[in-house]
Amino acid sequence: MSTDRTTWRKPAFIKNPTLRYGLYAALAIYVVVTLATLPIDWERVSDGMRRAQRIFNGAFPPNFERSGLLIDGFLESLKIAILATVGGIALSVPLAFMAARNISIRPIYFLGRGIIIVARSFHPVIVAIIFVKAVGFGPFAGALTLVVYSIGFVAKLLAERIEEIDFGQVEAMRSVGAGFLSTLVYAVMPQIMPRLVGLGIYQLDSNLRASAVVGIVGAGGIGATLANAFGRYDYDFALAITMVIVGVILVSEAVSGFIRKRIA
Amino acid sequence: MMKTHPLHQTLDHWSRFTLRQRLMRYGGLMCTLLIVAWALSSIDVIWEWVWDAPTQMGDLFGRMMPPDPSNLPSILEAIWQTVNIATLATMFAVVMSLPVAYISAQNTTPNRVALWIGRFILVSSRSVNTIIWALLFVAIFGPGIVAGIVAIMFRSIGFLGKLLGEAIEEIDHKPVEALEACGASRFKIVLYAIVPQVMPAFFAIAILRWDINLRESTVLGLVGAGGIGMILQGAIDTFNWPEVSMVLLTILALVVFGEVVSSYMRKKIL
Repeated sequence: MSTDRTTWRKPAFIKNPTLRYGLYAALAIYVVVTLATLPIDWERVSDGMRRAQRIFNGAFPPNFERSGLLIDGFLESLKIAILATVGGIALSVPLAFMAARNISIRPIYFLGRGIIIVARSFHPVIVAIIFVKAVGFGPFAGALTLVVYSIGFVAKLLAERIEEIDFGQVEAMRSVGAGFLSTLVYAVMPQIMPRLVGLGIYQLDSNLRASAVVGIVGAGGIGATLANAFGRYDYDFALAITMVIVGVILVSEAVSGFIRKRIA
Repeated sequence: MMKTHPLHQTLDHWSRFTLRQRLMRYGGLMCTLLIVAWALSSIDVIWEWVWDAPTQMGDLFGRMMPPDPSNLPSILEAIWQTVNIATLATMFAVVMSLPVAYISAQNTTPNRVALWIGRFILVSSRSVNTIIWALLFVAIFGPGIVAGIVAIMFRSIGFLGKLLGEAIEEIDHKPVEALEACGASRFKIVLYAIVPQVMPAFFAIAILRWDINLRESTVLGLVGAGGIGMILQGAIDTFNWPEVSMVLLTILALVVFGEVVSSYMRKKIL
């Protein structure tokens, strides 16, 4: 047809028209149905607006009077993050070896992958609740939680790095009759070391951030201070804490970015 | 006696690092050890509880076994709610992050002020955790799924806007110039020169965020914002450990399902 030649049309994103319109329709139905069944109680919302107003009025200006409590909370968060990073890395290295397809045998590989998937699947807050129930309130539960959180990230990425190594060095070691352990130490470790250090620094930053959240469910650190302030309707102190958390996260992000750039 | 050439002196034994590098490495290691020792010695931990922890954890695990599926219908209903929270919030956040990404990308922003407004929205959205957003919105909307959707949405805007803004900054500028040279309007330039270039990145980012949001929305219920977290909280509060393990298994299945779906879609789209 001549019109097809003279007028240009933007190529469609999904070529098959049935599939395209089918997807659009399915999406539209999903959105309409889920939105229609949303229980929004507008009276409750307008009521809530007043409540939010009260929270904001209570929060301004932020109250830095109890800065001693704030600093103690932060130092505890920092300690939790440091210990969890060290523990997490110590466990991540053997796990990553287990979960690397080119190093380990099949059953060990599946076991390693399974542990990593489980560690990654649960939000740190859920893990924290379980640990708080098991070992009691406080920083120990927080550190355990963040160890699990660190494994999920560090072991996964480290295993992927191990799978990408230059295998020539491993073969060279094997050909001169080196044992399994010395092959790992001399042929694999040097190749993944820069990545491991980079991941460690990133994870420290990310643990510091997460430690503020797991504290809300009783796992120690600044989050515990924040939850207490919220629970006592101390909104001005809560705002002060939130502002400092945001500030510290920005600073730690900058510092870890700087260190990683220097190392890489 | 024969004089050795200076080059031979340095080459007669091989070392991986120079002295300076070695000092730096040991220095770094020492600093790390010192920091860890400080953290370990000053942290406020009851050490008896630490030694006791493996027994306690084994005990808890024993109480969780076997998982109790008697409450499965309401667990599945809550999981469906969780999926809806994640999906709807991702959709809204995608729509709302488009203008923010546009003004926070240096090559498309209309002016400096808009750039800084955009950056401010992105940073403030990302720095506040979902749980804290949820606490705030539960106070406004009351407990329930709506507070959860809004909380996840507020958190996602920063993530989506930042990555999408970076994708916009990386586009090839020639199509834009070509359209400008033809006298196309601003809207047409965006539609025909920018959108097609960022489309793949845009879908990849949205799918990634959906996957993250699935995980995030499992905990919203703990502060009253709907989803599977409500049931988890209830089961933990009543020490119903077999149900807790059932909920955990369902969450595991949900997250694995999310990963399978998102990797399938990524493959289809890219």
